[in-house]
Amino acid sequence: MSGVRVLVGTRKGAFVLSSDGRREHWDVSGPHFAGWEIYHVKGSPAEPDRLFASQSNGWFGQVIQRSDDGGATWEPVGNKFSYEGEPGTHQWYDGTPHPWEFARVWHLEPSLDDPDTVYAGVEDAGLFRSTDGGQSWQELSALRCHPSAPSWQPGAGGMCLHTIILDPRAPGRMFAAISAAGAFRSDDAGETWKPVNRGLRSEGIPDADAEVGHCVHRLAMHPARPDVLYMQKHWDVMRSDDSGESWHEISGNLPTDFGFPIDVHAHDPDTVYVVPIKSDSEHFPPDGKLRVYRSRTGGDDWEALTRGLPQENCYVNVLRDAMAVDSLDSCGVYFGTTGGQVYASADAGDTWEPVVRDLPAVLSVEVQTLP
Amino acid sequence: MIRVVLPAHLRTLARVDSEVKLDVEGPATQRAVLDALEAGYPMLRGTIRDQATHQRRAFIRLYACQEDLSNESPDAPLPEAVAAGVEPLLVIGAMAGGSA
Repeated sequence: MSGVRVLVGTRKGAFVLSSDGRREHWDVSGPHFAGWEIYHVKGSPAEPDRLFASQSNGWFGQVIQRSDDGGATWEPVGNKFSYEGEPGTHQWYDGTPHPWEFARVWHLEPSLDDPDTVYAGVEDAGLFRSTDGGQSWQELSALRCHPSAPSWQPGAGGMCLHTIILDPRAPGRMFAAISAAGAFRSDDAGETWKPVNRGLRSEGIPDADAEVGHCVHRLAMHPARPDVLYMQKHWDVMRSDDSGESWHEISGNLPTDFGFPIDVHAHDPDTVYVVPIKSDSEHFPPDGKLRVYRSRTGGDDWEALTRGLPQENCYVNVLRDAMAVDSLDSCGVYFGTTGGQVYASADAGDTWEPVVRDLPAVLSVEVQTLP
Repeated sequence: MIRVVLPAHLRTLARVDSEVKLDVEGPATQRAVLDALEAGYPMLRGTIRDQATHQRRAFIRLYACQEDLSNESPDAPLPEAVAAGVEPLLVIGAMAGGSA
């Protein structure tokens, strides 16, 4: 029988939640790497038992772990992330030039077809690739060397490259998003990049329509319709129908269009999920009610999903990498909160149940659908 | 034989139960000990000092014989008791270095 494996990164370790295809009963393993911040854990689509985890903390820096048995055992692999050449400067919070400094790996994106190839999005914003299963890392420096890079400025969470999307239909096409620079696209496997932010409008920058400088929180794509991208921005939920060439707002009737995660139903490219939070300073759901919003129309028309979610006194956040979907017939949707809950819906969001309630703050959630 | 005591997280990472014993060629200095440590336990590269510059990470402290050696030159000789294996070199995660 098919099953799912939910990979959860938290402030104090990683957890693996496993269930069969019914998604009613869960085995919880962890904490793996107890005491370390686990920004992200993700499995290889080409070899699902191969997992990569980003492990870091303030004392000891960055470690990358790899499992080849679905998370039962792990081996540390390469952790040397050296920017290519002279790294140069970006803007610091006060507007002064600041040298590029590696802080941590935010996101790991395994190749769609090669289990030895994996991409890493790092803070300060840069993109790295390993072609030997994580043993060594080389920067794809064209992104960091984009002419606009000296003007990039960190968002509140740091200047992180947090989103990497590989286009399944166009080999070499990939998207990256950086807070607070914006979205970028490469059509040649990372050799060159162009900003793809036309249509974004951000009141927090001097030129609200600027080519770069937008605080993009998350991008999402449905693999069957890769020209359509969805974006949760610092404010505004956006959609592009032309691979990022232009964007239009789809916030519609959302109670607030601030938030972090955004994801797409596994079988319906027009069904999109967001978790609105009140504002840039109040990172919690409006009115203390944790509500996932679902649009079945590719945006603009949104419905609140509340069944099984706390509808009073709830003041958690859902971070940008902390939502995922499985691809079982009835699409499962999962998200983790800064309060340590991981909620799962086995019916595309109609009803929710907590899989676990008391983990450390959840930083990331990924799901693998297993045969 | 030089003895090194690692903090718990690095013992877990290196899969060692207690202190590490190292053969160090030449004069016993911080640099020589850390070179030998990283050669024997490659997974520790980057966790105590930067991989490129070899600068000590900000929240790592190096103690021995009730002294803080963190800011000594990496090429200064370690105390004789450490060089002789009587006292260990302690690698410490600084009290300020945790996260919430």
